[in-house]
Amino acid sequence: MPPNETLFLESTTRIQKDSIHSFMDFQVWDFPGQLEYFESAFDLEDIFGSLGALVWVIDAQDDYLDSVARLNRTILTVQQFYPGINIEVFIHKVDGLSDEYRTDTFQDIVQRISDELSDAGYENAPVHYYLTSIYDYSVFEAFSKVIQKLIPNLSTLENLINTLANNCGFEKTYLFDVLSKIYIASDTRPVDMACYEMCSDYIDVIVDISELYSWDHPVRKRLGDQIQEAESHVVLHDQTMIHLMEMNKYLCLVSVIRNPEAKDKRGLIDMNCRTFQDALNEVFSRSWEEGSAAQEGQSATASK
Amino acid sequence: MDARKKKRKVLLMGKSGSGKSSMRSIIFSNYVAKDVRRLGATIDVEHSHVKFMGNLTLNLWDCGGQDAFMETYLASQRGNIFSDVAVLIYVFDIESREVDRDLDTYHAIIEALSEFSPNAYVFCLVHKMDLIQAEHRQRIYEERSAVIRSRSSDFRVDTFASSIWDQSLYKAWAGIVHKLIPNLIVIERFLTAFAKKINAEEVILFERSTFLTVTSVTSEVGDLNPIYDRHERLSNIMKAFKHCAARNTLTTPASAGFVVMHTKTPQFNIFLGRFTDNTYIFLVVPPGEASYNCAVLNTMLAREGFSKAAAGSGGGDGFPLPPPETTEDHATNGNGNPA
Repeated sequence: MPPNETLFLESTTRIQKDSIHSFMDFQVWDFPGQLEYFESAFDLEDIFGSLGALVWVIDAQDDYLDSVARLNRTILTVQQFYPGINIEVFIHKVDGLSDEYRTDTFQDIVQRISDELSDAGYENAPVHYYLTSIYDYSVFEAFSKVIQKLIPNLSTLENLINTLANNCGFEKTYLFDVLSKIYIASDTRPVDMACYEMCSDYIDVIVDISELYSWDHPVRKRLGDQIQEAESHVVLHDQTMIHLMEMNKYLCLVSVIRNPEAKDKRGLIDMNCRTFQDALNEVFSRSWEEGSAAQEGQSATASK
Repeated sequence: MDARKKKRKVLLMGKSGSGKSSMRSIIFSNYVAKDVRRLGATIDVEHSHVKFMGNLTLNLWDCGGQDAFMETYLASQRGNIFSDVAVLIYVFDIESREVDRDLDTYHAIIEALSEFSPNAYVFCLVHKMDLIQAEHRQRIYEERSAVIRSRSSDFRVDTFASSIWDQSLYKAWAGIVHKLIPNLIVIERFLTAFAKKINAEEVILFERSTFLTVTSVTSEVGDLNPIYDRHERLSNIMKAFKHCAARNTLTTPASAGFVVMHTKTPQFNIFLGRFTDNTYIFLVVPPGEASYNCAVLNTMLAREGFSKAAAGSGGGDGFPLPPPETTEDHATNGNGNPA
């Protein structure tokens, strides 16, 4: 949904549970802001028992003191009974604020929450803060980080991607979930918004074009053998290459390559990506075999 | 020779606020739809030269639509404005409340045009269609275009429904531009032969800077594709990505572009690449690694042949066409594609 259409969304009145079936199955619980879930009518175990991450959205353009106070109460309860839950605070709607004011707000909120936590005796609680806005890619970035924390074998994935990126001379590599365009892992070089935006838009291009030409008809015949997974790359005017390769049903690997020699070594890049694909699928099949933790992660969103 | 150097005069007219300058900016000046809010009203006539396909220069006269200007166009400026017109593009605002008055003005313009340039093409765009509910669009558009036709005297008018917020704008302008390209038939004949040679389902030629469809050919199989507005949608998709690439490589959208794009999926393979200086070629071929590579290679050869033939040196030896057509390809190069 494009950002300008969100105006027409109605306010959430009850808990909405959305299941997302992707490489991992998530359930997102969307809590209405006005809901008082610490009342006895709600079963805390039911809400927080199987929770992986709690996302709390604060409206930075509004008077946020009230919201921060409620968040503090929530954090304290959660910390007390379910210390394993990651608490993610989105300081939202920052697009309307000036840079300076944005930093001030951020620091103020962080300060208020961490003061409260240390007063209650919780040092190093798993609370993370993000500045987000729906008018740029920051909210995707923030959600990516949230999801990444729930992936049990993230470090393995990151290592694999690092190896691939270093060997192929990729500038930046992301492993994307195609549907949501959240990246579930990337190489450990600093994240560059421009790269992320280009990669995510390139997925859009490929998905849109595929929609136009993937019609089924008995007369469409293939002319020969080809690898099952989709593969695509584009070379831009400044010789930057964006390389995309489908990994499995849900995931694709997108890389930005600025090495001018890369164009001639595409075969090698393709082969390395295939090797990575095998490794990736092995990682995932292993974790499923062992039935290891957090396969059915849940994350809940609450807003003010 | 003379004809191809000649500038084609294109009049862009319509009521004030109907969106003439907005669409001109999006198509030819790389604006995105939400940027056009910044445009002010056009005062008098804004002349711009738009280079299209290299040496086809469109001399675009964007005529401010306020009543006072309209009167001068029809009175004192009559000869100046309406002589030597190749194309008149008249924009109707679908939301206008004074439909009859709009049509009267339109009729007066048509009268003036038939006096000075009776051979001009006339295109009418029924614009801002996004403001109409989707289920009524087709019906309202058909009613409106019937009325427009009845007021167009002897001119054969092409009408298009358009909106800057979706691909319909590209459809309308591709239709207009299609009429203006000299020797299109030769280009099309070449593409048909070429598509057959490489077993392509579809071959589309896009103009480089505007990403408008110049022409396209489909095979019998490609014809069965149920998505009819795919060309406009492609223009829209690729132009949006061009904007994204420009933003993130710190250049202007005008200088951003693609060198080459390959896409292989289990259902189809696509190649997009520069064909001539001013066009991109877009091939859709059925899956098959080897035949895809062949198709790409052949496209490269055809491109070399194209420019070689244009330079007049080696003739068409790298050219994958049967001999009888080679002479015509010289003509194509002369007209559409400078070396």
